[in-house]
Amino acid sequence: MRVPVSWLTEHLETDERFTAEQLADAFVRVGFEVEEVTPLGQVTGPVVVGRVAEIEELTEYKKPIRYCMVEIYEAEDHAEMVADGSDEPRIRGIICGATNFVEGDLVVVALPGAVLPGGFAISARKTYGRISDGMICSARELGLGDEHSGILVLPSGEAAAGDDAVELLGLDDTIIELSITPDRGYAFSIRGLARELACALDVAGRDAAAVDVPEAEGDAYPVRIEDGEGCERFVARRITGVDPTAPTPWWVRRRLLLAGIRSISFPVDVTNYVMLETGQPMHAFHTPSLKGDLVVRRAAAGEKLTTLDDTVRTLDTDDIVIADDTGPISLAGVMGGASTEVRPDSTDILLEAAIWDPPSIARTVRRHKLPSEAAKRFERTVDPQLPPHALERAARLLRDHADGSIQPGRTDEGGARPLAPVTMPISLPDRVAGVEYDRGATVRRLTQIGCRVEVGSTDDGRPSVTVLPPSWRPDLVEPADLVEEVLRLEGYDTIPSVLPAAPPGAGTTPAQRRRRTVARALAEAGYVEVLPFPFVSPTVWDAFGLSPEDNRRRTVSLLNPLEADRSELATTLLPAMLDVLVRNVSRGMRDVALYHIGQVVLPKAQQVPVPTVGVADRPSDADLASLHAALPQQPTHVAVVLAGNRERAGWWGPGEPAGWADAVQAGRIVGDAAGVELTVRAAELAPWHPGRCAQLLVGDVPVGYAGELHPKVVDALGLPKRTCAMELKLDGLPLVERRPAPSPSPYPPVLLDVALVVDAKVPVAEVAGALRGGGGDLLEDLNLFDVFTGEQVGEGKRSLAYALRFRARDRTLTVEEATAARDAAVAAAAERYGATLRA
Amino acid sequence: MLGAFLLPPSTRLATVYGSCSPTMSAANDSYDPKQVEALAPQTLQAAVEQARKEFLAATDLDALAAAKPAHLGDRAPLMVARREIGALPPKARSEAGKRVNEAQKTVREAFDARRADLVVERDERVLREERVDVTLPWDRVPRGARHPITTISERIADVFVGMGYEIAEGPELETEWFNFDALNFKKDHPARTMQDTFYVAPADSGLVLRTHTSPVQIRALLERDLPVYVVCPGRTFRTDELDSTHTPVFHQVEGLAVDKGLTMAHLKGTLDAFARAMFGDKAKIRLRPSYFPFTEPSAEPDVWFEEKKGGPGWVEWGGCGMVNPNVLRACGIDPDVYSGFAFGMGIERTLQFRNGIPDMRDMVEGDARFTEPFGIEAF
Repeated sequence: MRVPVSWLTEHLETDERFTAEQLADAFVRVGFEVEEVTPLGQVTGPVVVGRVAEIEELTEYKKPIRYCMVEIYEAEDHAEMVADGSDEPRIRGIICGATNFVEGDLVVVALPGAVLPGGFAISARKTYGRISDGMICSARELGLGDEHSGILVLPSGEAAAGDDAVELLGLDDTIIELSITPDRGYAFSIRGLARELACALDVAGRDAAAVDVPEAEGDAYPVRIEDGEGCERFVARRITGVDPTAPTPWWVRRRLLLAGIRSISFPVDVTNYVMLETGQPMHAFHTPSLKGDLVVRRAAAGEKLTTLDDTVRTLDTDDIVIADDTGPISLAGVMGGASTEVRPDSTDILLEAAIWDPPSIARTVRRHKLPSEAAKRFERTVDPQLPPHALERAARLLRDHADGSIQPGRTDEGGARPLAPVTMPISLPDRVAGVEYDRGATVRRLTQIGCRVEVGSTDDGRPSVTVLPPSWRPDLVEPADLVEEVLRLEGYDTIPSVLPAAPPGAGTTPAQRRRRTVARALAEAGYVEVLPFPFVSPTVWDAFGLSPEDNRRRTVSLLNPLEADRSELATTLLPAMLDVLVRNVSRGMRDVALYHIGQVVLPKAQQVPVPTVGVADRPSDADLASLHAALPQQPTHVAVVLAGNRERAGWWGPGEPAGWADAVQAGRIVGDAAGVELTVRAAELAPWHPGRCAQLLVGDVPVGYAGELHPKVVDALGLPKRTCAMELKLDGLPLVERRPAPSPSPYPPVLLDVALVVDAKVPVAEVAGALRGGGGDLLEDLNLFDVFTGEQVGEGKRSLAYALRFRARDRTLTVEEATAARDAAVAAAAERYGATLRA
Repeated sequence: MLGAFLLPPSTRLATVYGSCSPTMSAANDSYDPKQVEALAPQTLQAAVEQARKEFLAATDLDALAAAKPAHLGDRAPLMVARREIGALPPKARSEAGKRVNEAQKTVREAFDARRADLVVERDERVLREERVDVTLPWDRVPRGARHPITTISERIADVFVGMGYEIAEGPELETEWFNFDALNFKKDHPARTMQDTFYVAPADSGLVLRTHTSPVQIRALLERDLPVYVVCPGRTFRTDELDSTHTPVFHQVEGLAVDKGLTMAHLKGTLDAFARAMFGDKAKIRLRPSYFPFTEPSAEPDVWFEEKKGGPGWVEWGGCGMVNPNVLRACGIDPDVYSGFAFGMGIERTLQFRNGIPDMRDMVEGDARFTEPFGIEAF
């Protein structure tokens, strides 16, 4: 909210003068974030009021250009002129591009030598074929808000040609822009902010809504509240004989301008002004357009309303409306209707000030995407005692500045619901803050914000306070709320810094340590971590070549994705990672290896609905179980993608391209880091190359896949040729918390090599397994050092050469023993896979 | 490629560690010089000469080592001769033994002398010739890197683990109950709509992408025994368009302590310690009153940052406060007995000012050139 300092300080009862910075600091101290402090007075040099004497339209240009003769009295000249008895104005010719003024209007002229906000220096210069001897200013050019649709025209009678504009326009003011937290609805007004300022500065303040409300005779207009839940109170006042030509007084317009609200017509400006001042939004009806009694109710299904912005809106049965005999005429608390709005010729005006149900207003705003200044306040609650006072203030403005006649009746339906008193130990603020406040601080601070405070004692005899919050503070409902008030006004800076002693913790969990170890292992192995967004396009599954029934297609969809075509939550980390890979490649990198550890979202085939669970107490175990069951599974996955060279080319020779084996090895790196031995099996699964896809398993349980991507996927996604990928479910690996330590044998090994010829279709992993099994405990290690295919080994066969290391635990192994074990290993491979020793 | 394998594998005994027993002459009582020719002075002399010659012929240490077994090994002529001593009649043994010793000593000396020469030569010439350009690069497989978001999250978590906290985690897709209801966000209250939430279809699904890590607080309070001291790092989501200061997917770290007698002074003390751990000894915390539904009183911390761009100063750093009694109630904790504090910070924002990253997009786009310099650990 933007507020001029002059308007705020009007309501402080003190002779002390505060700078804008002091005020801003005070606001921050009590919990109001200051977005900006903007002094207006960045105008220097002569800026004066002038009267437009004559307008010459220059028609030879594409846009309207006026050459204006403006009567000016310049400060020093003025004195001289008066001195020699002449008050003839000086006429200056000024070029102007605006058209919202006529001859005789008072305008603001910046004379040569003046400097406007933003360092805009004015000089006499030739333009459009004339000498322009100054500039006629818009509000924005003077730093008075954003209004720039025309120049600023001052109402006659409030200024005279020759007046110093800086003083007249109040350009020596400062705007403080505050961001108001959603719990403090009352602070969306000068009334509320001035009160906060008074508290923060510890000075007395004046209630900006303190307008005495006279007794009324009868109703202003017949109104019936049918929906008491939606409307707490409805107050109306009628003003007749309003002069529709009466201009908005400059001081009202100025404050609206500075608050960023456009001036529309005097009656509408009045409602906005009073809203800013008191916090009570209002609506002005053109009384003759109302047909019959007004009824406050929820909209009926299918009802329509054309709102002030000329939009036809189909109403929801949850929308609160004001209706007359013709149907809804106003979307209560949000926006008025077009058929009953104040017109340029309105003389008979019904002013409405009501209190609406905040959640209903919030829903209507969301439903119709119709945020408004009024709704913003109603959503955050408005003081229910305000309506009659605010109406009186508005009615009097119309009376005093537009000759209106306030009718004796006042409609006042419903009424302010009382707030509940809150009792708490008087020392609770001290206990929460960890501070010993001065005696009486609790009572003093709560009284200061407008509470009625009674000191008593609790059941166990300790001193307590019973606090009745003021009508504008419905947010004060429990002791903690009162505590905050005391603490923030006493100042958070008085709270000391004390480090609590937490009980000893158990450190990180095995799963947390594992994630870190895996991450580090992948990074050490050359992979760079990326953190892509988990949003994927539903079309990616086709690009991946997934079958229609593939589980990975079963995604959770977002209702409001940022990008319409990325509406799905990822079931696999790969699509988003491949996007990042492509981005890196498009930025000129050729060798890219990336990893990511993150959650995926795997909905169940039949999603369980989320139960309705209260918050008054701990949910029952059954409710908690249902809450958990309603969530899709979200296991943590780890994945890598890589393309280009795995080993760089360099002075040492050519590079080594990244291949399927690197992807499989990435899986093994993860397994090693996790202390789990993964087994590898050939598999066929999209998006991998059917002949170069490995399934990764723990025992017999598959945990992931790795290999080269299918060339179709590579084409469809624009990936570098032979891009490879690995993804596995990290949560699927068993946690290894404590493993038994080996006791390495100190005896010498016997090293024997063996070459086996096996059918090429038999996976190497199987042959190795057979050798291990046959070799028994004496076979300490085996290393495949060569794979050979060719004529010598025969069609469809290959030769696998292993170096075997035999060792006994308790003695020096003899060659004969080792040879026997080797023969047993070979025999096992021969028996299971028909392996023969290579001759 | 496989030449060695043309031999039958069973004969390819690569190395055998074990004993070895060459044959020797049987003991002899009669002295027959012919029979023990190996011990004849001229034979010994010839062996010495041969050894000396071969040692001298070795031009480097490897060749010398290769020549050694033939003259100083088990099967060297002098070793063979020594074993023949037993074949001599007893009275001849002593003299023969002396001769063999003498010869062996000479061979040993010849070896040592040659070795010493060759070592000197190696040190003076060969090592010089072997000189390489050690500045040549060898990054055949360049190391990768961890993302600074991850490493700094871990570092923050570790600061708290050091204070006795444990790390709590939770799912990114949450029920509204955990993300809002239990955290005292009332239905249709502006505080709820201000969070710019990603909702899950259909409209009444009751599921959202968590807008903060605070639902983990609720999980921790429901699952753990009191007192609870946890820190919750994690990924969070809000519907902000990506630009230089916003990202729809970001990271937070949240702290929660619920115990008997915790005060706002404890909150401040904890944040002060945290600030010093992250930003140096001069860092400190200032609290400004604010509003969050799940804390009351609430505050926004500013941290005094010495290296702030443009000079030392206060930097906004997250939100905090005393746990709202409604939150404790929703977790079945009596707010008259227990109190607590909570705080949360944006990791991206922390990194942005701590490490001087002007554009948020650099942290989310995954350009390897951004991440690589960060290496394996946070700095």
